[in-house]
Amino acid sequence: MKRLTRKFAALFGSDIGHSYLRSPGALFSTMVLLILIAAALGAPLLAPQNILDPRTLDLLSANTPPWSANALTGHFYSFGTDDQGRDVLSATLYGTRVSLLVALVAVLLSMSIGVTLGLISGYFGGRTDAAIMRIADVQLSIPAIFIALLISGLSRTLLAPGVRDTLAIYMVILAIGISGWVTYARTVRGAVMVEKQREYVQAALMIGLPTRTMLLRHILPNVRRPILVIATISLALSIITEATLSYLGAGLPPTQPSLGTLIRSGQDFLFAGEWWILFFPAATLLTLALAINVLGDWLRDVLNPRGL
Amino acid sequence: MTSGRPPVLSIRGLCVDFPSRHGTLRAVRDVSLEIAPGEILGIVGESGAGKSTVGAAITGLLQAPGQISAGEVRLSGDIIDTRDANAMQALRGRRISTIFQDPLTSLNPLFTIERQLVDTIRAHRALSRAEARVEAVRQLEAVGIPEPAQRMTNWPHEFSGGMRQRAVIALALCSQPELIIADEPTTALDVTVQAQILKLIQNLARERRVAVMLITHNMGVISQITDRVAVMKSGEVVELGKTSTVLSRPCHEYSQALLSVVPRGDVKLSRFPVAGSARNIDAAMKWLLESNSQHGSGGADALVELRRVNRVFGVPRLFGSVTHGAFKALDNVSLCIRRGEVMGLVGESGSGKSTIAKIVAGLNPPSTGELLFNGEDVYAARFEVRQHIRRQTQMVFQDPYSSLNSHMRVADIIMEPMIHFGLEKNRQLAEPLMLELLNAVGLEASAARRYPHAFSGGQRQRISIARALASRPSFLICDEPTSALDVSIQAQILNLLKDLQEKLSLTMLFISHDLPVVRQMCDRVTVLQKGQVCEIGEADDVFNHPRHRYTETLLSMIPSMHRPVELIQATS
Repeated sequence: MKRLTRKFAALFGSDIGHSYLRSPGALFSTMVLLILIAAALGAPLLAPQNILDPRTLDLLSANTPPWSANALTGHFYSFGTDDQGRDVLSATLYGTRVSLLVALVAVLLSMSIGVTLGLISGYFGGRTDAAIMRIADVQLSIPAIFIALLISGLSRTLLAPGVRDTLAIYMVILAIGISGWVTYARTVRGAVMVEKQREYVQAALMIGLPTRTMLLRHILPNVRRPILVIATISLALSIITEATLSYLGAGLPPTQPSLGTLIRSGQDFLFAGEWWILFFPAATLLTLALAINVLGDWLRDVLNPRGL
Repeated sequence: MTSGRPPVLSIRGLCVDFPSRHGTLRAVRDVSLEIAPGEILGIVGESGAGKSTVGAAITGLLQAPGQISAGEVRLSGDIIDTRDANAMQALRGRRISTIFQDPLTSLNPLFTIERQLVDTIRAHRALSRAEARVEAVRQLEAVGIPEPAQRMTNWPHEFSGGMRQRAVIALALCSQPELIIADEPTTALDVTVQAQILKLIQNLARERRVAVMLITHNMGVISQITDRVAVMKSGEVVELGKTSTVLSRPCHEYSQALLSVVPRGDVKLSRFPVAGSARNIDAAMKWLLESNSQHGSGGADALVELRRVNRVFGVPRLFGSVTHGAFKALDNVSLCIRRGEVMGLVGESGSGKSTIAKIVAGLNPPSTGELLFNGEDVYAARFEVRQHIRRQTQMVFQDPYSSLNSHMRVADIIMEPMIHFGLEKNRQLAEPLMLELLNAVGLEASAARRYPHAFSGGQRQRISIARALASRPSFLICDEPTSALDVSIQAQILNLLKDLQEKLSLTMLFISHDLPVVRQMCDRVTVLQKGQVCEIGEADDVFNHPRHRYTETLLSMIPSMHRPVELIQATS
């Protein structure tokens, strides 16, 4: 316990910790994020309704406006319900959970692809570098959302309808993950090319370390700052890409809704005056993306990696 | 000092503070000095002494959060308010000009020399474009650029380092300033160019009656051109007086110490003089010595040999290996380093010193020719042989701030080669050896647990030496091991290298542009010029009776504090 407090003291005594405590934006957005993450993790406990189980839907309570009790059943709904009596609060909690999960795993995926290729490209140079960077150029010339749509669409035609819905979440992760690796690869490549010239790398070369050890022990720790910044910013981007895919119908099915899926189904009711079905998932999406972006901007200023 | 006219610059009780959340750092405390017209005042001191901060404070270019907390600055009698940004802007470049260290970055690479000069002249004087052009030619001629009218149309990258620094000086003179602040103006230049630039600054001060503040860490530069010198130590001026007096009879003990550690180019001493008490390094180095008995019995006299080595650098094309614009860095270099000797390698920048270091280190194969280690062709060797050679060849690098991985603890940095080469099976066995090595290079055992950023440049260089020794090498390459260090630290590190070399009978390739250091360190010397070897010989012979003209020139250009100024002027 004592050790833990000492570690905390050291963390907040450091320059980064100092700047963090003096940055209201970063503090506030961490708080918002923590609340949203806690709500998403605790969805099965917090949500009044298990929306994954259709038996819990209460058809009689359909179309209840937010912060009011239903006239027929007398049940109170803080965020209201949709046309099938699905509680919007529960749907939003479960949706946030799915959105965050998809975005996090997708970021990890694109980070591992991008960092690996960037390390290889920057370290070996020459033809390997040229080949990897040309692929990156080609991919950059096509919008990320289009690539994600392509992967998602391909999986739809190739997979049987039954398997499709169960595999949908993996397909979305794959689609977003693959479309996002280029930023990591380019940044890491540049950083590696700078580090490679430094003398500690020459010293490690002189003892003839195997390439793997060289890259993982010596170079990777020295290029991790920009990776951290990109990962934070692209987390927000991934959440939005997922929402876009789901909104376009190429993402997650209504049985396993993400925030994007909820927005898609909510827009049908917008003109009927039932705004809350769209509003709450959309507001959550906005808050989530904004909080992560503010945090990312702060990280970028503090860690100050070149070329971002 | 001329009496009657007021001094150009007069500073009274100047204090500069850098407040931070850890408390306020007083970088300059109570500095008072004066510079008369036509006088050159040198400010000398080690890094962190606050000498550049004085210059920055006068020009109002202090880096945030630095601020002047006390004192006044007068320029020809007028008090200048360094806090008034607009007034300072008007002053800078008009009445005060600055010459910075790096001529590469102080010229804008996107404009021709002509454009930069003409614009500067017109910003300060009401002249037409044509008149300003004539004036620019005149200025370039004054700083000794041949065919100024033609060269003026060039871009900065078409000028050599010395030419660029001349152009920077011409820019500084455009506005006919009263005061020039030169902050390490020759540190980035070769000795031959340094001598010319110093001569130029001296002549300009004399002819135009400009006051010059020359900030440098180099005692040789101070002795060569300054009239008076201020010695700074941790923000204070500890001694101020006539250069000849301060250099020959320093009063303050810090000035005495600073002078005593400057390596001498004229006589060879057994050790570098060290200020204060030197730490005596005499640890039990059984482990290190063990290895040398094993391979000390080699038959050949030469341990390392370069045979007709050429190295060509080209610009690689995208896809494919076609090269164009090839540059020959090494031209038919043959060199032989005998077992147990220290071979010095000297030459100006671009002469191929570092290229040789990389080839010998096994990091960069030659284009043609071969490198032999113990009679074995290194770049053609099988993997096992290559690993054996790698273990025996280690290197101490130039920049102590980039040569250690900042994300590894000192213990891991030193133990990595031990474990990699299988000299010890695991960390538990390697640890006592690592501590012994730390002790051998003069560091406390507690250093092992810390990260490199906790250490100063000199300490980092000790860690770097410990790492190089950790694989029990027989051959050590030192590429400018002390050029990034202060002169007092330099002496300690060089003594350490010398002691280790003697005790472990290491063979050493010692690369440096600093001739006095080479003279003290080396048994034999190789002089390189533009990728070619021009002279190889015993150090004493080369220094006392150089055979090659170029060696002679190099030797005559050393700004030495043990020789009067006139001698240097005669040779340049």
